[in-house]
Amino acid sequence: MAAFLGAAFPLAWLVRGIVTSDLGPEPVDTIQHWTGLPALSFLWLSLAVSPMRRVWGLNGLVRLRRPLGLAAYGYAVLHLLSYLVFDQELSATEIVKDVAEHPWVLVGFSAFLLLTPLALTSTQGWIRRLGGRRWQQLHRLVYPAAILASLHFLWLVKRDVTLPVAYLVVLGLLLGSRLFLLRCRGAAPRASTARS
Amino acid sequence: MLIRRPDDLPVREITDESLFWDRRAFLAALGGAAAALALPGSAAALARRAREDDKLTPYESIISYNNYYEFGTDKSDPQANAGALRTSPWTVAVEGEVKRPASYALDDLLKGLTPVERVYRHRCVEGWSMVVPWMGVPLRDLLGRLEPTSRARFVEFTTLHDPKQMPGQRYDLLPWPYVEALRMDEALHPLTLLVTGVYGKPVPNQNGAPMRLVVPWKYGFKGGKSIVRLRFTEQMPRTTWNIVLPDEYGFYANVNPTVDHPRWSQAKERRLGELFKRPTLMFNGYGEQVASLYAGMDLRSNF
Repeated sequence: MAAFLGAAFPLAWLVRGIVTSDLGPEPVDTIQHWTGLPALSFLWLSLAVSPMRRVWGLNGLVRLRRPLGLAAYGYAVLHLLSYLVFDQELSATEIVKDVAEHPWVLVGFSAFLLLTPLALTSTQGWIRRLGGRRWQQLHRLVYPAAILASLHFLWLVKRDVTLPVAYLVVLGLLLGSRLFLLRCRGAAPRASTARS
Repeated sequence: MLIRRPDDLPVREITDESLFWDRRAFLAALGGAAAALALPGSAAALARRAREDDKLTPYESIISYNNYYEFGTDKSDPQANAGALRTSPWTVAVEGEVKRPASYALDDLLKGLTPVERVYRHRCVEGWSMVVPWMGVPLRDLLGRLEPTSRARFVEFTTLHDPKQMPGQRYDLLPWPYVEALRMDEALHPLTLLVTGVYGKPVPNQNGAPMRLVVPWKYGFKGGKSIVRLRFTEQMPRTTWNIVLPDEYGFYANVNPTVDHPRWSQAKERRLGELFKRPTLMFNGYGEQVASLYAGMDLRSNF
């Protein structure tokens, strides 16, 4: 799908950079930044689908929500892998030491843990298995996951907090709009939202 | 050209700048060819190949990735803030246990001494490293001319103290000015360099212009930058990082993978630009040349 192809752009750029050794003096930081940021961005985009549907009636957007969510999770996997492989060289002792010194690692890992069941149950089959209501309840985990991911980003940045703050503000808008729309909703709830 | 084995000492006379840049182009082409060959290879093969050589760190990285707290504590701060530093005229005071204490204009201090070009590994105590083509004068040549007395057992190097030009000095992060020192035999060692250039050009402000110390078998913080004073002493001087954090930074600061920093391991390092860490070498790979200086010394307590 076109959405999947679009989602691959940051990854393609990274792969090219790795192969040509052109990722700058700190390639590991670059990789982590350019897997973490797409993860957040695609997650935010997936959170934008419902408000945009309700406000502007753009029902077609629903088709994008699963690919966006899965793209976010895919980048989160790469982000976690790059941390484990390049930063910690798959050493359990190193990881324990690092977590003790850098607590934001645990926050990020928690966000990843919360997203994992969402990725695993993203298919039609699972919606059927769980039933629409339970599936929807499970997928509300995206909210704490998004908050934890923002805090992870904010906590790890040493100096220039512009980007993490920007992402937090946008998340606030996305979540706030949902609350606002909830209050305004007088009509009956729409049919099960996972259509694609 | 390339440092093929860790213990090679790549001593060369200064080269014509055009020849120098030709060699860089050759090295870059080598690197490109190697990368192209690696395309079908696995990530492990890439990692292995990266460890086998000491490629020159690109000029852009060397001038933009610096620890020079006088200009800020981020790696990018020195390049951003060091423009204000006036490196000419520059005076160096020679004091202490020396035949003729005096103040010298930098040009006079180094006049007549033959510059050399040396490609050295540079290992920061933080755990990253570079390979840098320095240009400078062996410190032993200058010391020979300055004639320290028989009581001189150490040489102390003091960095400029001027908060107007060095905004980082407005904060009490370190007890300015920055001071470093060497034992006399370390100072007289052929590897020890008073550096004035890099990649065939005058050393940029953020790298310690106009003159800095480079001691390649020690952690980078031993190499004082923008030196304004050389003082010969009988007693071991207190050096800045050792004053601030004596449990973490010692006088000798020899690169030693078996002696960890209290907060992190020194067994590995990340070469700038590389994905995987590489093992740190004893004395940064210069053991053959310098180990004898420390024969019989406990390198764990004399860290």
